[in-house]
Amino acid sequence: MKFEDRKYILNALVKNAKTTAADLAEQLGASEQEVAAEIADLEKQNIIRGYHALVNEDNLHEKPVKAIIEVRVRPEREGGFDRIARRLSNFPQVTALYLMSGGYDLMLEVRGADLNEVASFVSSKLATIDGVLSTGTHFLLKKYKESGVMLLEEEHDERLKIVP
Amino acid sequence: MSDSRSCRDFVAPHIAVLPKSGIRYFFDLVNTMSGVISLGIGEPDFVSPWSVCEGTVYSLERGRTHYTSNLGLLSLRKAICDYVAEEFGVRYAPENECLVTVGVSEAFDLAIRAITSPGDEIIYHEPCYVSYATEIRMSHGVPVPVCTYEKNLFALDPADLEKAVTPRTRAIILNFPCNPTGAVLTDEQMRDIAKIAVKYDLAVIADHIYSELHYDDRPMHTVAALPGMRERTIFLHGFSKAFAMTGFRIGYACGPNSIVDAMMKIHQYAMLCAPTTAQYGAEEALKSARPDMQRMVAEYKGRRNVIVSRFNEMGLSCFNPQGAFYVFPNVTSTGLSSQDFAVKLLQSKRVAVVPGNAFGACGEGYVRCSYATSLEDIRTAMDRIAEFLDELKTEKA
Repeated sequence: MKFEDRKYILNALVKNAKTTAADLAEQLGASEQEVAAEIADLEKQNIIRGYHALVNEDNLHEKPVKAIIEVRVRPEREGGFDRIARRLSNFPQVTALYLMSGGYDLMLEVRGADLNEVASFVSSKLATIDGVLSTGTHFLLKKYKESGVMLLEEEHDERLKIVP
Repeated sequence: MSDSRSCRDFVAPHIAVLPKSGIRYFFDLVNTMSGVISLGIGEPDFVSPWSVCEGTVYSLERGRTHYTSNLGLLSLRKAICDYVAEEFGVRYAPENECLVTVGVSEAFDLAIRAITSPGDEIIYHEPCYVSYATEIRMSHGVPVPVCTYEKNLFALDPADLEKAVTPRTRAIILNFPCNPTGAVLTDEQMRDIAKIAVKYDLAVIADHIYSELHYDDRPMHTVAALPGMRERTIFLHGFSKAFAMTGFRIGYACGPNSIVDAMMKIHQYAMLCAPTTAQYGAEEALKSARPDMQRMVAEYKGRRNVIVSRFNEMGLSCFNPQGAFYVFPNVTSTGLSSQDFAVKLLQSKRVAVVPGNAFGACGEGYVRCSYATSLEDIRTAMDRIAEFLDELKTEKA
């Protein structure tokens, strides 16, 4: 399949993971089998790592709490940051983890049922790990945009109904 | 209150006879209805790229709210001329061969007024954009339509064009990719048309508003780049379609100094300059919004593939247009006229399409469907049109 078509498939799935191979085939003028094979290949090559729902927790009955935690760590002689990062990613509370440039080393996204749960994770688990030098916790107050999607925007079409 | 019959009629006869746009009646009808999916909109559904909006606001924050040169901001003209040279292969001088206008509509109006003397014949291809014939009449010129046909993929056949040339012919209008058909010209057709222009010493008005929206894998091309053509071509373009900036109303004209200068005179007295704020937005578009444009073009292409295959599946023959964001399916198999098809479809299925004859007599038998709307709406509209066709068949049986 052509490079642009592959890019088209990937872009479409990033925007909407539920786009079917049949839909994409119609858009590309290709067969469903070709598109399905391409998607399978993207998965096999670990380019597509998963398909997830984008949830706006504000509309949930039980609102989980999210925090961004800046962590400074002591890199290890052999493993650098990787070993401690792997260790931290094992905690189910940690939903994302990145190595950062700048004033701190690791950025964690942590989820908990409420403020206390996150706070106790930080104080009893995270901060006590050997190699963790300091933590800075920032609680998320409001989500405006996630994964490229504006969460507050209402869709509207102001165009005239017929335009020459 | 005065009775209109007793009012003196001040309207000039040549304006009084102009028809209102054929779309008007349909527009009024659509507006009385709710829940309509419109495939009748000739403008992008995308909002203008954020970098453009942001750059425009920044110009206001800096207090850039004064008149610009009549020709437009020099920095914008430089950016336009670089863009045209890079993408179309023709170099114009920003100082005196480029004029920024209020949309391509104004640029087109200026071009016609600058070159037309009373009685001059201007040739254009039909079906075409709704303003061509009336603009020519307003300049006391004679509109000479040349039909294009589905069998030629709605390209202008150079032989048909040559037959329309008379000693009074002044200019040819070319609009490819074409509104309403989505047709493009092959390199060969363009070369042959250029030869005719040179042979009969005609001006060419090249309306490039849809140029970026093309789906064949070749670079953009213009008749102005062909031998003997630069000196006779008025190259018109703008930001509305490719950059999704219709409301900014910024277009431009490039051409030989003598013509641009004449157009500038009319523009100077009628308009002074294009809106300054919008000019800054246009400059930002060329600077930063090309990736946005490419993303939109890729999306239009996907939609086109869907809409063309759906029409052909449901038995309305629809050629695969290589440009713009329109398809022009043939509805003659239903036995309905364009107008009846569009009205019935609207009333029974709440899908708005534009009757082909709104774009000239030879658009009869076709309807224009714009795919500048979401895939979801396109799919729903196509399902409804398929139902409509089934119901027509049962009615007949």
